[in-house]
Amino acid sequence: MATKLPKASVVIVGMGWVGGILAAELTKAGHTVVGLERGKSRATQDYYHVHDELRYASRYELMQDLSKETITFRNTEKMKALPMRSYGSFLLGDGLGGAGVHWNGQYYRFLPYDFEIYSKTVERYGKNKIPKDMTIRDWGITYDQLEPYFVKYEQMAGISGDKTLPPNIGAMSVPFSTGPMKKTPGMKIFEESATKLGYHPYIIPSANLSDNYTNPDGIERASCQYCGYCERFGCEYGAKADPVVTVFPVALKTGKLDLRTHANVTEIMHDGKKASGVRYVNTPTGEEFIQPADVVILAGYVFSNVRLLLTSKLGKPYDPKTDTGAIGRNYAYQVNGASTSAFYEDREFNLAMGAGALGSNIDDFNGDNFDHSDLKFLHGANIRFTQTGLRPIQYQPVPLGTPTWGKDFKQASIHNANRVLAVSGQGASMPNRYHYLDLDPEYKDAFGMPLIRMTFDFEEQDVELVKFIAQKTKEIADGMGATKTEMHDTIRQYNIVPYQSTHNTGGTIMGDDPKTSVVNNYLQMWDAENVFVCGASNFAHNSGYNPTATVGALAYRTAEGIEKYLQKGGSLV
Amino acid sequence: MAKKPTQKPQDESRRRFLKYSGTAIGGVVVGGVIGGIIGSSNQKRGEDAEPGETKTPAAESNRDYNQALMFFNQDQFMITEAASERIFPADENGPGAKELGAAFFIDHQMASAYGMNARDYMMPPFYKAEASQGYQLSFKRRELLALGLDALNEYSSDKYKKTFTKLAPEEQDAVLSDFEKDKVNLKGVPASTFFSLLQSLTIEGVYADPLYGGNKNMAGWKMRNYPGNQMSFYDDIEKEEFIKMEPLSLHDHLELG
Ligand SMILES: Cc1cc2nc3c(=O)[nH]c(=O)nc-3n(C[C@H](O)[C@H](O)[C@H](O)COP(=O)(O)OP(=O)(O)OC[C@H]3O[C@@H](n4cnc5c(N)ncnc54)[C@H](O)[C@@H]3O)c2cc1C
Ligand code: SF4
Repeated sequence: MATKLPKASVVIVGMGWVGGILAAELTKAGHTVVGLERGKSRATQDYYHVHDELRYASRYELMQDLSKETITFRNTEKMKALPMRSYGSFLLGDGLGGAGVHWNGQYYRFLPYDFEIYSKTVERYGKNKIPKDMTIRDWGITYDQLEPYFVKYEQMAGISGDKTLPPNIGAMSVPFSTGPMKKTPGMKIFEESATKLGYHPYIIPSANLSDNYTNPDGIERASCQYCGYCERFGCEYGAKADPVVTVFPVALKTGKLDLRTHANVTEIMHDGKKASGVRYVNTPTGEEFIQPADVVILAGYVFSNVRLLLTSKLGKPYDPKTDTGAIGRNYAYQVNGASTSAFYEDREFNLAMGAGALGSNIDDFNGDNFDHSDLKFLHGANIRFTQTGLRPIQYQPVPLGTPTWGKDFKQASIHNANRVLAVSGQGASMPNRYHYLDLDPEYKDAFGMPLIRMTFDFEEQDVELVKFIAQKTKEIADGMGATKTEMHDTIRQYNIVPYQSTHNTGGTIMGDDPKTSVVNNYLQMWDAENVFVCGASNFAHNSGYNPTATVGALAYRTAEGIEKYLQKGGSLV
Repeated sequence: MAKKPTQKPQDESRRRFLKYSGTAIGGVVVGGVIGGIIGSSNQKRGEDAEPGETKTPAAESNRDYNQALMFFNQDQFMITEAASERIFPADENGPGAKELGAAFFIDHQMASAYGMNARDYMMPPFYKAEASQGYQLSFKRRELLALGLDALNEYSSDKYKKTFTKLAPEEQDAVLSDFEKDKVNLKGVPASTFFSLLQSLTIEGVYADPLYGGNKNMAGWKMRNYPGNQMSFYDDIEKEEFIKMEPLSLHDHLELG
C-alpha cells in the first residue's frame, strides 16, 4: 500500500535544468513545491577530484545507471528493438541538476526560422519541397514570443558572449551578461578563414562564465579556469552554469521547496481529464508514496517524459501507421558527421586546455540562411571549431589509413596529439513519420515498468545535409594554413554505439493542434489542463544547435503559465 | 617537518585562480563553493615533502604493492602484458603498455564494477543484434577477457606450437590480427569483440590517471605532452606558443589526513 502524503500546490518530476528553473520561479512566487528526483544530491565539493578522465568520461560516473533503466532501440520497424546495454550515442542525466551538471554549456537560442519552419519553407520553396514523410511543423510559438524568456535564462545562468552578433541569427533585446570567452589561436585561425570566405564568425555563447558574475537572484559565481575537464564533468569552481549552483540555492532559500532525492516517479495519477498527483518509490527502501498536487510538472528529460505519459495512459499514443495520436511523435536527434581535420606539421596547439563551451562558429549555413532551392535537404548546421579540452584516452587523432593499433598507431597518435584542429558541423534533425518513441513490448526497468523504445534512423535528408556541410567545413579548414586537411562527409545508418550528442528531442511536442501535439505554447497538456510537460521533448524538430537555451526559455514560459493557471485554472490558450 | 616553500606549478595556478575569482567568495548565496578548495589545497601543498624526501623507509618506497593480481591468474596476466605491448609498443617516443603497467590496470579494472558490467543493463532476454545496436551478450567483460586471453594461448599453440608469450613479436601481431578479423572461433562470441575490449583497456591503461595502476609515473602523459590534472589554464589559454608542463596526477591533489 502506498502512503498518501499531504497535498502540495505543485509537484515536479525530475530536478535537472527544467525542474530547477520551475522550482525557483514557483517558490519565489510563493507556491509550495515538492521536487522529486530519482538520483542523489550533488554539491560542488563532489568535484574536487573530478579531473579523472577514466571515471567521469569513460565510465560515466555522473550519468544514469543503466542497470536500473535504459531505452531500447531499432533503426526501423522491421528490426527488433534491443536494449542500449552500455552507453554510447547519448548520456542520460541523473541526480540533482541532471545533465545540467555535466553539460558543456554551449548556448544557442534557436533561430526565428525554427519556430515557423513549416510556414517559412512553404512560403519560400512551396509545399513540394517537403519530402513525403518529413513531418516538420510550426511550433505554435514564434521567436519574438519566446525572446523575453531567453533573456531570463541568460541573466540567471550568466551567458558569456559577444556584444554584437551576426544579423543571420535571432536578435537579442538584452546583450549577454558577460563578455565573450577568451580567444585561442585555433579560434583566431578559424575566424580568419571564415571571414575571408565572406562568412560571419562569432565566439560561441557560453554558460562557462568568462568573468565573475552576480545574477539577479544574488547568486555569485567565479569565472571559468579553462581547466579542460568540462563535458561529462562537474565544475569544481561553480563557473559552469549548473542548476545546483544557480536555481536550486534560490528555491531552497525560500523554504518552499521540499526536495526529495532517491524518489523515482512511476505514475501520474489521473482521471483522464486532470491529474491528482504522482506515485513514487523511495528507492533506498522500495516504499511507495503518493504525492497529491494541484499541478503536476514532468521535467524528467525526453525519454522519461514520454514514458511516464504512456505508462500512466495519459494522452493519446502516437501511431505511425495511421499517423494519429501525439505522444511519442517527432522524435529527432542531431546530425553530426560533417567535419574536416586540419593537420599542422609545423606547430602544436595547447589543446589539453579548454572549456566546454569554448570555440568560434558561423551560422551562414544554418537554418534557412542560404538558398535551398537546388539542395536535397532542409535546414543546415552550425559550423564550428571548439576547444573543449582534449583528453588522452578518448582522443586519438590519426590520419586516415593509419592502423588502429601497434607501432604506427602509437607513433601517429602521439605525433598528432596537439597538431589537429577540427572544423565540424552540428546538423539539424528533421522529424519523420517513422521516427518515434513508444513502449517496448518486452524489456522492463528495475521496477518492472516497460522501457521506452526508440525507432530512429538517418534519412536521405541527413545524408545530403552532411555531404553539403562537409564541403563547407573543408573550405574553411583549407584556409586555415594547415599542412593538410581531411574531410569526413558520409553518414550511414544511425548507430547507437559511438557517442554523438545528448540532444534527443521530441515525443511530447508543442503546437497549435491538439490532435498532433501534446502541449500548447505554455507547455500545458491539451488532454489534462493541470499537467505541464517541459523539456526538449517539446521540440517539433531539432535545430543545428545544442538545445538547452531553448529548453530553458520554455521552462521560464512554463513557470509563467503555471502561475496563471494556479490563479485562474482552465486552458491557457 | 618544517614547512618548505615549493615551486610546484599547482600552487602557482591556485594563486592565480584566487586572484581572478577572489571576489566570488562571500555573499548570501554562493553558487560554487570556492573557499574550501583553495584553503585546504594550499595547506596540503605547503606541508608537502620535497621530492626525494619520504616518510616511509627507502627500501619499501621502491616497491609498488599495488602491483599484484586481483582477478587474472598468472598466465592471463602475462598474456595481457604481452598482447597490450603489441597494441601499444615501446618505441623511440617512450615506454610501451608493459612498462606503463597497463596489464595491472586491466587486471584491476576486471575486478571492479566495470569488469562486472555493474552499471550496464544486463537483464534478459538476449538476442542476436544488428551492429547498430551494440553489445548484446550476457557475457560480462571479465568473462569475455579471460576467455579471449586463454584463446590467444590455444590459438598460438595450434598455429605455432608455442604459447602466446613465447611467440616472436611479428607472430603475436599475426595472432592478434586474426582475432581482430574474427578468424578465430571464441565459443560463438566474435573474437573481434574481445579484441576491441583489450584494445580499449590498453589505451586506458596507458593514459588513465596513475591512480588506477597504469600510466606509471605519468609516462604515458609525458609522451604526448599531456599536462594531466591542472587547476587552471586561465593565463595560458590564449598563448600562441605550445607550453610543455610537468604533468600532475590526482595523487598530487589529495589532502592526506
Ligand atoms: C555530455 C553532455 C553535454 C551537453 N552539452 C550541452 C551543451 O553544450 N549545450 C546545450 O545546450 N546542451 C547540452 N547538453 C544537453 C543538456 O544537458 C540538456 O539539454 C539539459 O540538461 C536538459 O535539461 P532537463 O531538465 O530537461 O533534463 P535533465 O537535465 O536530464 O534532468 C532530468 C532529471 O530528471 C530526473 N528524472 C527522470 N525521470 C525521473 C523519474 N521518473 N522520477 C524522478 N526523477 C526523474 C533525472 O534523474 C534528471 O536528474 C549536454 C548533455 C550532455 C549529456
Ligand atoms: S572548463 Fe571552466 S566551466 Fe568547465 S569545468 Fe573547467 S572551470 Fe568549470
